[in-house]
Amino acid sequence: MGMRKITYKDASAEALLMAMEEDKNVFLIGEGADHINGIGGQCLPAIRKFPDRVIDTPLSENGLTGFCVGAALNGMRPVLIHQRDDFMLLAMDQMFNQAAQLRYASGGRHRVPLTILSFIARRPGEGVTHSHSLQSIFAHFPGIKVGMPATAMDAKGMLLRAIFDDDPVIILEHRHNPLYNREEYVPAEHYETSLSSRVVLLGDDITIVTISITLLDALKASYDFLLEKVIFPEIIDLRWLRPLNIEPIIQSVKKTGKLLVVDTGWKSCSISSEIVALVAEQAHGHLKCPPRRIALPDAPCPASQYLEPLYHPNSEMIIQAVEEMVK
Amino acid sequence: MSVNELLKLYFEMLRIRMVEERLTDWCNKKLVNAPVHLSIGQEAVAVGIMAALNPEDKIISGHRCHAHYLAKGGDLKKMFAEILGKATGCCKGKGGTMHLFDDEAGHVISAPLVAASISFGVGLALSFKMKGENKIAVVFLGDGAVEEGIFWESINFASVFHLPVLFVCENNLYATHSHILQRQPSENITERVRPHKVNAHRINDGNNVFLVREIAKAKVELVRKGQPCFIEACTYRLREHWGVGEDWDLGYRSREEGEKWMEKSPLKQAEKTFLNRISAPMLHSKIKKMEEAIKKEIDEAEEFAFNSPQPPKEDLLSEVG
Ligand SMILES: Cc1ncc(C[n+]2csc(CCOP(=O)(O)OP(=O)(O)O)c2C)c(N)n1
Ligand SMILES: [Mg+2]
Repeated sequence: MGMRKITYKDASAEALLMAMEEDKNVFLIGEGADHINGIGGQCLPAIRKFPDRVIDTPLSENGLTGFCVGAALNGMRPVLIHQRDDFMLLAMDQMFNQAAQLRYASGGRHRVPLTILSFIARRPGEGVTHSHSLQSIFAHFPGIKVGMPATAMDAKGMLLRAIFDDDPVIILEHRHNPLYNREEYVPAEHYETSLSSRVVLLGDDITIVTISITLLDALKASYDFLLEKVIFPEIIDLRWLRPLNIEPIIQSVKKTGKLLVVDTGWKSCSISSEIVALVAEQAHGHLKCPPRRIALPDAPCPASQYLEPLYHPNSEMIIQAVEEMVK
Repeated sequence: MSVNELLKLYFEMLRIRMVEERLTDWCNKKLVNAPVHLSIGQEAVAVGIMAALNPEDKIISGHRCHAHYLAKGGDLKKMFAEILGKATGCCKGKGGTMHLFDDEAGHVISAPLVAASISFGVGLALSFKMKGENKIAVVFLGDGAVEEGIFWESINFASVFHLPVLFVCENNLYATHSHILQRQPSENITERVRPHKVNAHRINDGNNVFLVREIAKAKVELVRKGQPCFIEACTYRLREHWGVGEDWDLGYRSREEGEKWMEKSPLKQAEKTFLNRISAPMLHSKIKKMEEAIKKEIDEAEEFAFNSPQPPKEDLLSEVG
C-alpha cells in the first residue's frame, strides 16, 4: 500500500473526496460547505472536483437531516456535516426518531445510508454551546452507529466505512490541534476500519480505555512517565461507541485486573459508565481494585482561557490515576 | 372530463370510505390494537391530488395516511395486515397503521411524528434533481404540522433550491382537539407560505374532488419545471382524531359545524355533479356496481390479513441496523 504522511484532517478530507469519486450517489451537504471555508477546509478538495455535489445550505439542522433521509430513501448516500456536535442537538428528532428507526419500522425495507460528520471543538473562548462532546447521548439509540476516530488512519477508514454503510452512522472528529493537525502515515488507497476497538499498546498492569483524543493523552502519559516507572498499561482505543466492541476490553481486564476509562464527555449516564457497567457484569471477579473514570466535571465548558484548560482530561490526570491504582 | 373519468375519481373515494368503514367494524369488534387515524370526510384531497400525478411520481405521508396510500394504489392486503400487526403487512407488522407505504405504487413512506416526513419529500425532490429523474415529490401534511419548525425549514429549502416538490396541506381546522385559531394567527395558511416564493394556492372547497384535481394539475405542471408549490385544501375530519367513533360530545367542535361539512362531504358533492350529467337511476346502478366490486376486494383482503401469520419472535430484534 502507498503510505504518505498526512494530517488527521487531510485524511478525513481524502475520504470524502474518494467516496465521491467512487460513487456518484455520494454528496456533501452542510452549513458552511462553501468554496471559501469548506467546513474547516475539509470539503475544499470535494468542492473543487464536484461543485454540484457539495451543497452549502440554509441554517436548518433538523430539516437538513430530514432532507438527507429523503434523498437516502432514493438511493443517495448523503454526508451531512455539522461544524460542531453541539448543533446536532437541533436535529435529534430526525437523527433518532427517524433515520435510526426507519429500517426497523419498515421491517427492513427502508434503508438510510446517511453519514453525519461532526466535530468537537475544544478551543478557549468557545464556551458552552460550541465545545461539547456529546457522543454518549448519540450512542444511546439503537439503529445508528457512532464512531470517534483518534488517528489519521481511522479518520479516513472510519469515514469511508460510514459512507458505504447501508445504515446511518455518526462520525465525531476531534478538532483539537494536537490531533486534528497531527501527521501520520495513511494508505493512499480505499480501506475501511472494522467495527472494533483497537489495542494500541500491550501491557499487563492496567487497562486504559480511551475515547477519541484521550488516546493521545494516554500515550503521552505512557511514554513520558509510566513506562520509565516500569508500569505497563494496555491502551485500547474504543473507536466505536455503537456497536460497542467490549470483548477486547473484557479480555484485557481479565489480564490486568484494573480498568481506567478516559472520555472527552461528561461522566454521568455516559459511555464511560457503560464500559464500567459491562466490565462489572462480565469480569467482576477479575477486578483487583475499583474501576476509575477520568471525564469532564459536571459543569458546562467555560469560555475563559484560564478555566478552559482545567476542564479537559490530560496526561497528568492519567498518570496520577494509574499510579494510585497500581500502588 | 368524461363521465367515466369522473366516475373513476368517485370510485377511488368510495373505496377509501368503504375500507375505513370496514376498519370501523373491526375496531368496534375490538379486533384492532392500534390508533387508526381515519380520513373519512377528507377523501377528495387524496384522490384529487393523485389524479393529477404520473405513476412515477412519489408521495409521502404522515399519521393520517390511509387515504393517501389507497389513492396512490397501495396494496389493500398489505395495509390490512399491517394494521393487524401481521408478518405480511407492508412493514412486516413493525410499523403499524401510521407507517403505511408501498414502493411499487410510489408511496415512499409515512412517518407519524408530526411534520417530520415533510422534510423527506424535500430530500426526495433534491435527489430527483441531482439524479436527473423526471419525477416530482408530493408531501401530505395537516394544518397542525405547519406549526413545526421543520415545515418552514422545508419550505425555505425547497424554494431556494427550486425543487420539484408539491406540499399538500389538508386544513381540517383541528389538530387533535384544538381549533386552528387557538394555534395560528389566521385560518389561512397559504398567505403565510406565499412570501417564501413557494407558489401557494388555497382551495376553499377541498371536498370537491374535481376542483382539487384541476388545481393540482396546474400546480403539478409548475412543480415539474422546478417551481415548488403549496396547496391548502380546506376540508373536515368527520370522525374523532384517532379511533372510529364520532366525537361531537367532547365539546371542542359543534355538531352543527360538522353537519355543514357532512352536506359538503366529498362523495355527496360528487354525486350532485353527476346528476347534472347522468340520470339518477343510471348513477345509482353505477354506484351499486362499484360498491360490489369494492366489497369483494375488501372481503378478500380481510381474509388475507386475518389468516396471515404473526411475525416470528425473532423479528423483535431483526433489522435494527
Ligand atoms: C411532534 C409531534 N407532536 C405531537 C404529536 C401528537 N399528534 C399526533 S397527530 C396530532 C395532530 C396533528 O394535527 P394536523 O397536523 O392538523 O393533522 P390531522 O390530525 O388534523 O390530520 C398531534 C398533536 C405527534 N405525533 N408528533
Ligand atoms: Mg388538522
